[in-house]
Amino acid sequence: MLLELTCGVINLENKGTIYRISGPVVTATNIDAKMNELVRVGKEGLFGEVIEIDYDKTIIQVYEDTSLLKPGDEVTTTGMPLSVDLGPGLLGSIYDGVQRPLPKLSVLMGEFIKRGAEAPGIDREKKWKFFPLKKKGDIVNYGEAIGYVDENEHTKHFIMSPPNITGTIIEILEEGDYTVEEVLCKLDNGAVIKMYQRWPVKVPRPFKDKMMPNVPLVTGKRIIDVLFPLAKGGTAAIPGPFGSGKTVTQQQLAKWSDTKVVVYIGCGERGNEMIDVLTEFPKLVDPVTGGPLMNRTVLIANTSNMPVAAREASIYTGITIAEYYRDMGYDVALMADSTSRWAEAMREISSRLEEMPGEEGYPAYLSSRLSSFYERAGIVVTLGGKIGSVTVIGAVSPPGGDFSEPVVQNTLRITKTFWALDSNLSQKRHFPSINWLESYSLYYDSLKEWFESKISVDWDRTRAEAMEILQKEAELQEIVQLVGADALPPDQQFLLEISRMIREIFLQQDSYHEVDEFHSLKRQFSLLNAIIRFSRLGNNAIENGVEIDKIIKLESKAEISKVRYRKDFESKIGSINETMSKEFKALLGEE
Amino acid sequence: MKEYKTITSVTGPLIFLENTENIGYGEYVKINLSDGSVKRGQVLDTSGSRVVVQVFEGTRNIDKNAYVKFSGDVLKIPVAYDMLGRVFSGSGDPLDGGPKVIPEARLDINGLPINPYKRAPPHEFIQTGVSAIDGMNSLIRGQKLPIFSGSGLPHNQLALQIARQATVLDCTESFAVIFVAMGITEEEAKYFISDFEKTGALERGIVFLNLASDPSIERLIVPRIALTTAEFFAFNYDMHMLVIMTDMTNYCEALREIGSAREEVPGRRGYPGYMYTDLASIYERAGRIEGKNGSVTQVPILTMPGDDITHPIPDLSGYITEGQIIVSRDLERKGVYPPIDVLPSLSRLMSKGIGKDRTREDHKSVSDQLYAAYAEGKDLRGIVSIVGKESLSKSDKLFLDFADNFERNFVAQKSNENRGIQTTLDIGWEILSKLPEDKLLRVSDELIEKYMRRFMNAPNKTD
Ligand SMILES: Nc1ncnc2c1ncn2[C@@H]1O[C@H](COP(=O)(O)OP(=O)(O)OP(=O)(O)O)[C@@H](O)[C@H]1O
Ligand SMILES: [Mg+2]
Repeated sequence: MLLELTCGVINLENKGTIYRISGPVVTATNIDAKMNELVRVGKEGLFGEVIEIDYDKTIIQVYEDTSLLKPGDEVTTTGMPLSVDLGPGLLGSIYDGVQRPLPKLSVLMGEFIKRGAEAPGIDREKKWKFFPLKKKGDIVNYGEAIGYVDENEHTKHFIMSPPNITGTIIEILEEGDYTVEEVLCKLDNGAVIKMYQRWPVKVPRPFKDKMMPNVPLVTGKRIIDVLFPLAKGGTAAIPGPFGSGKTVTQQQLAKWSDTKVVVYIGCGERGNEMIDVLTEFPKLVDPVTGGPLMNRTVLIANTSNMPVAAREASIYTGITIAEYYRDMGYDVALMADSTSRWAEAMREISSRLEEMPGEEGYPAYLSSRLSSFYERAGIVVTLGGKIGSVTVIGAVSPPGGDFSEPVVQNTLRITKTFWALDSNLSQKRHFPSINWLESYSLYYDSLKEWFESKISVDWDRTRAEAMEILQKEAELQEIVQLVGADALPPDQQFLLEISRMIREIFLQQDSYHEVDEFHSLKRQFSLLNAIIRFSRLGNNAIENGVEIDKIIKLESKAEISKVRYRKDFESKIGSINETMSKEFKALLGEE
Repeated sequence: MKEYKTITSVTGPLIFLENTENIGYGEYVKINLSDGSVKRGQVLDTSGSRVVVQVFEGTRNIDKNAYVKFSGDVLKIPVAYDMLGRVFSGSGDPLDGGPKVIPEARLDINGLPINPYKRAPPHEFIQTGVSAIDGMNSLIRGQKLPIFSGSGLPHNQLALQIARQATVLDCTESFAVIFVAMGITEEEAKYFISDFEKTGALERGIVFLNLASDPSIERLIVPRIALTTAEFFAFNYDMHMLVIMTDMTNYCEALREIGSAREEVPGRRGYPGYMYTDLASIYERAGRIEGKNGSVTQVPILTMPGDDITHPIPDLSGYITEGQIIVSRDLERKGVYPPIDVLPSLSRLMSKGIGKDRTREDHKSVSDQLYAAYAEGKDLRGIVSIVGKESLSKSDKLFLDFADNFERNFVAQKSNENRGIQTTLDIGWEILSKLPEDKLLRVSDELIEKYMRRFMNAPNKTD
């Protein structure tokens, strides 16, 4: 595939001229270009991609502002599809949608993004210390590591042979400092391996085998990990109206997920949010390695005011980088905020092409584009024989918060975890404002065993009980609306008390509190378990005629509500459970 | 400069020309009509021999004999420090009888996107003197915080109050207001300008006016002209610019007009599919830049058609801006000015600009507590309407009273009342002190001692 792209008989430097310009879409004539080939447009050589060929007309989406391009200006082919640089130096970087490093752009053109600048995705001059893992005479398989560099203190960056290169080593450099351009390794068939490779973003990187996701992605967020868990290599959608918490949730997951690498794509969103990540992450600690959080993060920032075609590309740029680290045998999490802006970019380009619109003006291929993006998630056996994963979490921003619109609907058809954000909750400042009745995780069944064997045999039972209480609460609320809570029998009143505890103590989680913002799975379980235990003991007491008021006033109940903020959580929860037993015994003894 | 007399058709705000040669995309255009008048426009689509131009002043009176001159450049406006204190039209011509601007620079009205890497995170609190904003949804320098209102509500009065009163605490840096009118009535415009003149705000301000009777397509350029001017002052003269734009709804209508004239496939409710991107190219021009002292803060105002927040105009705006201030018809009916409903309002940057060393240590706690108590009080109003007030507990009754108290004493203020943040927070504590102390879960005991105790006459516990 790649061979065809790089070695096919296309005429390098084929030139044509612009015929028409309409926004980001440029039509060229007299050019012999391939579908998806990268071309340079106009005097400044703006980058663009061939998106349609129609008789003698070649239609190009341009990644930069097209103002003052003129019919008659030159268009040149490059012989390459849009590709990214993959090699050491990706971690800690911030790129635009077509992998131009933003710090480099600011050196070249100041505080504002002008057009026509070229900047490679990874530094060509920087030297990295290379440690070979292979020697002369060894066979290198497709995608196999020939050595590594320490990309940072905590990350070994494996230098892999590209997925289309294999052979016997006839020469390999010894340990030492090299730039990414130097040939590290020569193979008997003439192929060479450098520290970096290029890969066309729209082509998924190959792997040997896809596996069933059955290990959870631990996020430290109780409602996610316990109620609606995501698997490593799985997919999740977070739809919600504006201000409901999509970005905060994604940033929290970027901070706390137990992965080796995080790729965060700001796709058509706010500039200030990107700078937030950029100023905060270097100061925060990676929960996995203890190093600076920025060291495991790659940021792609194509904000809403940056060119629309580059926004369309940003998602592909991000997922390709994610797959590359997966191929090293790492767990990668990718956050895309927001896939709706991506879909809108497609819609805008499509309408400029005067294509037949589908639902709500989106192109008919919306659904297939979305699914081929999410399909690139997965836990796989890599070509090099390691196990790596890409987990994809996509925010969706439906117009008017209406989940029946095409982007949400098409996304839900593919993704297996659904965290439905609810503006009623966010307006009540209930955060994370994930609606517990609407959300779901189709991974839970395959993860259950993991939770039961690693955390607690009671995991499933406790969770199920909590879910049932929340369900019942919703039913009872309808009655309460009509007759008031006082009219309910004691056991139902008590259920309302417990569900309130589950919501306010367990489901709500303060993202700005140093202890509460992240709970280990063990903590999450003990907290829920304490509430459920209180529920069981309480129900028993009520059956035995104890007044509900007495149960609600118990000290252990008050203590459960505060324990989640405590550093000494483990010892405290133990003593709460003891207090609880004593208190209930005393209550029953009284009767 | 290329010149053609080859107009083939005129539809709505657009003209089509043929036999043109290599006209640039986005070029600025002048159209000389046979009656001697001149109109301006911009190229929307260009190909070998055919060009589409949108005409800012509308196409009335254009015929096939008009001459169309292509400038070879995009629309640039002259900018200069002397623009301060002046009133301009929606195309940037002086309206105040004063001289033409002697340009220090000519700038592309579309500006350029700020490199996200070079943005500086906003963190300075702007005191507007309005409690519902300062106390509950603070405005931060470099933020874009729109006012979502409805027709007939006093959003203009509120905007003026903000324009008059906005200051940054302990700060002597220069500060200016740019006021942009899009399709508002002459009466409204007069109201603004006379208020500006009366209060002296105009001396440190610039006004751009496109009135309801002015051409609608001009509304597409006036916010861009204003923001280009704002950026010039912010990043060349280190000034802090507050840009108030009213009414963004009229802007979006003009956008829709162009879309339908081009026979584009419409998006939701007939607005163009690219409206999000287009609005972002305006709103994202707020911000601060690393290494520069100035800033651009935006307070766009929009009227929600049918008071519907899910309408595409407020909806897409909300997806781009950093929060929203909601003006409510219910509160207006109750006679509360400013009728700001704090519950659905939000300032996403608030937490970065408040607290110790910025406003006051108790700011976040007291605002959270006010929010929670008001929400509870409002919920109780719903219940009272079903089961009656009698069935409420004593504590619930206090929360019910609190909601009224909050609206009458905290939210409500005079339109010339400039409340300092200290006063705002103290009023907050004062009304909280009427609630049972053990129900104040969002504030610590220390803060209660320090700020609330003095408002309490007798210990106040629940039954
Ligand atoms: N987990 C949370 N904890 C505390 N506050 C939160 C949380 N989530 C969201 N918020 C509050 O809600 C505001 C909006 O959240 P966020 O920016 O994530 O919304 P969004 O869904 O991404 O909106 P948009 O679609 O407009 O980008 C935040 O600025 C913050 O004040
Ligand atoms: Mg967001």
